[in-house]
Amino acid sequence: METVSSSIPLENFIVLSSMLFSIGVYGVLARRNAVLILMSVELMLNAVSINMVAFAVYTAPSLFVGIIFAIFVITIAAAEVGLALAIVLRVFKNRGTANVDEIDTLKW
Amino acid sequence: MTQVFFYLISAVVIAGALGVVLVRNVVYAALLLIMSLMGVAGIYILLSVEFLALVQVLVYGGAVTVLVLFALMLTRTGELKEKLDGEQKPLAAVAAIALLGTFLAMIMQTAWPRDVNQLTVVPFTDIGDALFNRWAVPFEIASGVLLVALIGAVVIAMQEEGER
Repeated sequence: METVSSSIPLENFIVLSSMLFSIGVYGVLARRNAVLILMSVELMLNAVSINMVAFAVYTAPSLFVGIIFAIFVITIAAAEVGLALAIVLRVFKNRGTANVDEIDTLKW
Repeated sequence: MTQVFFYLISAVVIAGALGVVLVRNVVYAALLLIMSLMGVAGIYILLSVEFLALVQVLVYGGAVTVLVLFALMLTRTGELKEKLDGEQKPLAAVAAIALLGTFLAMIMQTAWPRDVNQLTVVPFTDIGDALFNRWAVPFEIASGVLLVALIGAVVIAMQEEGER
């Protein structure tokens, strides 16, 4: 493995990923359509992946832990989005809505 | 030069993400999600992890976005001016800005070592080697999780007997 010096400091990637994560948090909290909430969750997962990959290549490249973990995050995100969209479809068939604030059977 | 590209790609990522959470049209939101996630692939290339960039384009640009667009199409209610945001929107903005402020304060306070600007170029073959030797068991478990989740998704979304 070779190392090259980069003109971009590590902090820039961390700042980018925290901005992306905060935007995702806003989307999850503010949206009421379940599919849009899932899209915001994808943004948050990507922010975490950027963070881990940046730390992996800048500080701890041994065993590629950060990169391998990012691959697993992508795998689990694919599984999550498939399953969650199936649940949204089922809820839509049963209740006629995909808005999370109208699905309140468990609320008392 | 690299820095110019970094700021350009970051702008694409952040603009796309803001679009996802702010626009009033769900299909535009899905298309802006593609833009943002392809920007993340560009960030991976700047970090010299080309493998992840390719995976990102394949999985997010292809699979996830198509799934999201299909879900949007199948859950349309026909209301033209449907409200996409809840009444808790201002509180959500406060929470997100507070979170971002906390993150930025922590980043500013951390004493980043100045000698870490050495970026390790990880070759494709080494990632494959690590994935299938050192991390073989988690890899197999992850593939099992993916299989179970996708079969579960098919079962959940399947039409039941006597349904419409």
